[in-house]
Amino acid sequence: MGVEEKLGNLGVVTTTLESVMNWSRTRAMWPMLFGLACCAIEMMAAEGAHYDMSRFGMELMRPSPRQSDLMIVAGRVSRKMAPVLRRLYDQMPDPKWVIAMGDCASCGGVFNNYAIVPGVDEVVPVDVYVAGCPPRPEALIHGILVLYDKVNQQKIKLPAVTVR
Amino acid sequence: MTQLQEVSVDQIKHLVSERALQGETVLLNMGPQHPSTHGVLRLLLELDGEIVVNCIPDVGYLHTGIEKNMEAKTYAQAEVMTDRLDYLNTTGNNLAYSMAIEKLVGLDVPVRAQAIRVILVELQRIASHLIWLGTTGLDVAAMSTFLYCFRERESIMDILEMCSGQRMMTTYIRPGGLWRDVPVEFEAAVRAFIKMFPRRVDEYEALLTRNPLFLDRTLGIGKITAEQALNFGMTGPPLRATGVNWDLRKARPYCGYEQYDFVVPTRTEGDVYARYIVRIEELRQSLRIVEQAMDKLPLGPVRSNNHKFVPPPRSEIGISMEALIHHFKLWTEGYLPPKGSIYSAVESPRGELGFFIVSDGGPKPYRVHVRTPSFDNLQALPLMAKGVLVADLVAIIGSVDIVLGDVDR
Amino acid sequence: MQTELEPIVQVLKNAFDIEVSEFRGDVRLQTSSDKIVSLCQKMRDELGFTLLSTMTAIDLGIFKDPRFNVLYQFTSVTANLSLGILVDVPAVDPSLPTITGVFKNAVWRERELWDLFGIKFEGHPDLRRIMMPDDWHGHPLRKDHPLGYEEPQFTFNYKEIDSRKPYAKE
Repeated sequence: MGVEEKLGNLGVVTTTLESVMNWSRTRAMWPMLFGLACCAIEMMAAEGAHYDMSRFGMELMRPSPRQSDLMIVAGRVSRKMAPVLRRLYDQMPDPKWVIAMGDCASCGGVFNNYAIVPGVDEVVPVDVYVAGCPPRPEALIHGILVLYDKVNQQKIKLPAVTVR
Repeated sequence: MTQLQEVSVDQIKHLVSERALQGETVLLNMGPQHPSTHGVLRLLLELDGEIVVNCIPDVGYLHTGIEKNMEAKTYAQAEVMTDRLDYLNTTGNNLAYSMAIEKLVGLDVPVRAQAIRVILVELQRIASHLIWLGTTGLDVAAMSTFLYCFRERESIMDILEMCSGQRMMTTYIRPGGLWRDVPVEFEAAVRAFIKMFPRRVDEYEALLTRNPLFLDRTLGIGKITAEQALNFGMTGPPLRATGVNWDLRKARPYCGYEQYDFVVPTRTEGDVYARYIVRIEELRQSLRIVEQAMDKLPLGPVRSNNHKFVPPPRSEIGISMEALIHHFKLWTEGYLPPKGSIYSAVESPRGELGFFIVSDGGPKPYRVHVRTPSFDNLQALPLMAKGVLVADLVAIIGSVDIVLGDVDR
Repeated sequence: MQTELEPIVQVLKNAFDIEVSEFRGDVRLQTSSDKIVSLCQKMRDELGFTLLSTMTAIDLGIFKDPRFNVLYQFTSVTANLSLGILVDVPAVDPSLPTITGVFKNAVWRERELWDLFGIKFEGHPDLRRIMMPDDWHGHPLRKDHPLGYEEPQFTFNYKEIDSRKPYAKE
């Protein structure tokens, strides 16, 4: 912030590239359709006209993991579904983020038994947890904005090996 | 965590036809994550070009162990889990469970509570059919119905939130009546909905019912006869679309349904279009029931007086010793129904939803079995899907209206 | 018992050897496992009970014999009647003959009972697990299978549970 204000329109600094990169990532993040159970209905309601999610860049939900960069795990993950979830996560290209939507994806929720994985962070690394059973569409949108804040603070990591 | 296993053809040899083993037909996995399977349903398709020769459903990806988990909770705590079974029909699930407990224990329900139960369950039926209409439209590429249906659904969610504080998992209908009386804004909101809704249904019909594109995709697809449907245990709109007039609200009336005047729509063709017409007509009839219940809404208490099973009102706890003792007993141990087992069913938007509860006299149920309609309706899918194109298969799955929370529990 | 149900129960009593019980309006007939297929056939063809509403099992206890009670619930759509059949299944090597030839929705119901209770069905065309993953050991709804719950994480035991919980890293 300070450098640009003081020096006016002088050249390009690394910070500006970062903020441009993060800005472009947040403005068009495509979520992957991963609605499993009840939270999927609230996710669809957030997509609908009343709580519009396309004003945040999520106009389309891509069913294919290769074309999406955000996975919203909406619903309870059973033990039979967990390897499938991991495989889909591995198929997503970098940079990718995961939102655990709802109580069942965050910590197992109402269910505490043999069939449900208690928290999807045992399977994939999670960036934002959204609480609620199911969370209101506004809560999901708040979670997405928190994710945007997190993305906006990311720095560019230089590769470990420099090529001569 | 188990690793993903590759299923070789040997394991499913007995299910696929001879041509697959010789390599003439292709085995395609329509995986658990798919935009058109309405949840985590996995289908193994045997394809000859684009035509489906065999379709093998693989379920269990949403198995939650609800039946076993209910055995570890008291009857009042177990009701919270019933919302999550068929998550599009949450008040209906609560009603089925409450009615099963009332049958087991022998509780009476006051008339005002019955009328409000009918209003909420019929509104939930409208909401469930709206989601079906929206997602079916999305499957056959009529995208605008999706947005319109979710707009209507928001009005219903507002009504539910006004009563219970929650949009979906309300747990408002409890054994013995309701949680609490409806607020004063309820009547105005429901009447506004009743006034607004019939024109919206006309809008949806104008978009789809005589649309030649829609007719092309749905007429004559996925036929099933009445005998086959009954043999598969199908109930609900798919059965009524084959000509069998079986609706539990008319055959075994509960909750005061006998006083309301409504028609159960049936068709005879048994294809996707017939199921569409049956559900659209059910939208109108449900609205009729809501209007009649709202006109006849009686005054009175909303909870039964039998405080051995139903909590006393909070205002009485400060002044009455018995109320305090009942409250204490219900909250610490829970109520003790008599020993025995019962089966009680209601009509959900998908079919017959039944609870089979076995009680051993203790505060926790000994065994709860939920008879969910989508489990049996889905078994008829391979029969309906023989010889159709893959695009038609998507329309057929949409028309059966399965909810995977129902199938897998 | 409803008046229309009495002649039907009488017909079944004469043809097979059954015991009748009733609780809060639900009529149940107790029979033995070798007669179940012919009983179901008679119910569907002659007595008009064309809909098999549900099929479920109750685990009566680890040391009880018979260990399981399997319930078949039939509905007659034309006459609006409901009837349940109960069959005892022993604890050692529990098995029953299959009724998939009579009612097609028994295919998945019997698979579910095999998966969750361990009751085998002889003659079933496709007996494999349906709800649990294929390599699961045990039958979850039996009373000796644990619920499998994990301890809730409060503030006093937060660190201990946190150290043992497997978190995914990338």
